[in-house]
Amino acid sequence: MSGFFSALFTALDPLCGPVGLFSLFGSGTLVACGEAGWGDEIAFGVKVTISLALATLPIGLAIGFLIALAAQSEEKLLRLAVGIYTTIFRGLPELLTLFIVYYGLQILIQSMLAWFGYEGRIEINAFLAGMAALAVVFSSYSSEVMLSAFRAIPRGQYEAGDSLGLHRWRTMRLIILPQLVRIALPGLANLWLNLLKDTSYVSVIGLADILRQTGIAARVSKEAFFFYFIACLLYLALAMISSFGLGFVERRAKRSEVRR
Amino acid sequence: MSAVKELIPPRPAPAVAAPSLTGARIVGIAVLALWALLAIALVGMVIGGWDQAKFMRYGPRYLNGLWVTISLVGLAVVFGAILSLPIAFARMSENRVFNGIAYAYVYLFRSTPLLAQLFLIYYGLGSFRPQLEAVGLWWFFRDAWYCGLFSFVLNTAAYQAEILRGAIESVPRGQHEGAAALGLSKSIAFRKIVLPQALIVALRPYGNEIVLMMKGSAVVAIVTVYDLMGETRYAFSRTFDYQTYLWAAIFYLAIVETLRHVWAFLEARLTRHLKR
Repeated sequence: MSGFFSALFTALDPLCGPVGLFSLFGSGTLVACGEAGWGDEIAFGVKVTISLALATLPIGLAIGFLIALAAQSEEKLLRLAVGIYTTIFRGLPELLTLFIVYYGLQILIQSMLAWFGYEGRIEINAFLAGMAALAVVFSSYSSEVMLSAFRAIPRGQYEAGDSLGLHRWRTMRLIILPQLVRIALPGLANLWLNLLKDTSYVSVIGLADILRQTGIAARVSKEAFFFYFIACLLYLALAMISSFGLGFVERRAKRSEVRR
Repeated sequence: MSAVKELIPPRPAPAVAAPSLTGARIVGIAVLALWALLAIALVGMVIGGWDQAKFMRYGPRYLNGLWVTISLVGLAVVFGAILSLPIAFARMSENRVFNGIAYAYVYLFRSTPLLAQLFLIYYGLGSFRPQLEAVGLWWFFRDAWYCGLFSFVLNTAAYQAEILRGAIESVPRGQHEGAAALGLSKSIAFRKIVLPQALIVALRPYGNEIVLMMKGSAVVAIVTVYDLMGETRYAFSRTFDYQTYLWAAIFYLAIVETLRHVWAFLEARLTRHLKR
């Protein structure tokens, strides 16, 4: 079964598949697929970028949702605690957050292992570190978007849920969340595009994403302009595809919206 | 006839229930305790790892890097504002060609990462060295600082053009018509009536853009500019001391928070005539 899926993915690979861009137009040039060119390396970078962004998204959304819930609770201490979180991670440059998470996690795990008597050098996975750093940044921005969406939902909606005898969680799930999604979607779409761009930072800690792969190709082939231009075009294509997809999702979310 | 025979005598209001230990409060206390623990660990790390020699050696370098960051961002924002004017007007013009070019520019620069743009300019244009030398621009594209500035200007101009366009288009039509009815020329109407109202709308997005630029400016460290991030990486590569990153974090947080508060003050001050 997995063989079938991987064959399907290979067949539909938009860059290096049988009907891929690089295989159709790139053969004989620097971006040819296989041993001859850099096409398959760059295609791998695209996969890494997309999977990093897709893996970060649900975690960032979940943490952001919890933070938005905490930020509108009546408990002062809780609001203060999440206020500190969003202030810090919206204020730090993404690159610095990445370094802090990457080296910080390494030191943390190393000292914890040293506690148990293990004295070896460990290197944490760049993908995981990138995912953690991007999720932290994404969650602090998305919490802000969701918080303003929460505030746009009238109190009467909660009261209506109470008067129908729904449990608090059922009110949230059946009444609040569907409206929240509609209100927050444009803001979250913007954040997704930002996330896609922010994934380029992981190339600095050695993860083989688009920018790193094209950078290696540029250094080896001495055709820097060509390869970085391709990197820009790939990011552009990803942004276009996502805004197309997000437009579809937005229309779908709005299909039963009541005009207020 | 009332069915009620006797009234309930008046009673005092029920006592306010003492705030109980709810789940939210427990979580709040726990998270705050975690923050406090982290802060203590941070302070402990700084005190425990304090090294006068390191401080004397890298302290001035950090301040130097801070200045590089601030000057880079300041110049980029100013030049970007200048460059954004023609783009914003091209974007609002009815000429299809101008509009299309401006739209493509804005779309291109807003949907590619700043890091990729910087690499394209610094490394990419570096491969056109003979041509650039022939034109006499090589001194500009040879220097990482200039390349960083150039890419920031191009990037922020795209964002600022959109901010400016949105703000100008948010001014109601009636304002233009009123100015025309008073016999004001188009340029005076724009300068004295439309622009002041548009800039108030644009104030907050401009502030956000400056903060984003400040955070984005850290990428120049990768092309060997010694800005705050670059000095941090330099110090870390020499000492392998995790503190270096924490100091950078403190500096960046201080800059961003200062900017935010200054902007909040500016906004409150400049919109005081709109308060009701």
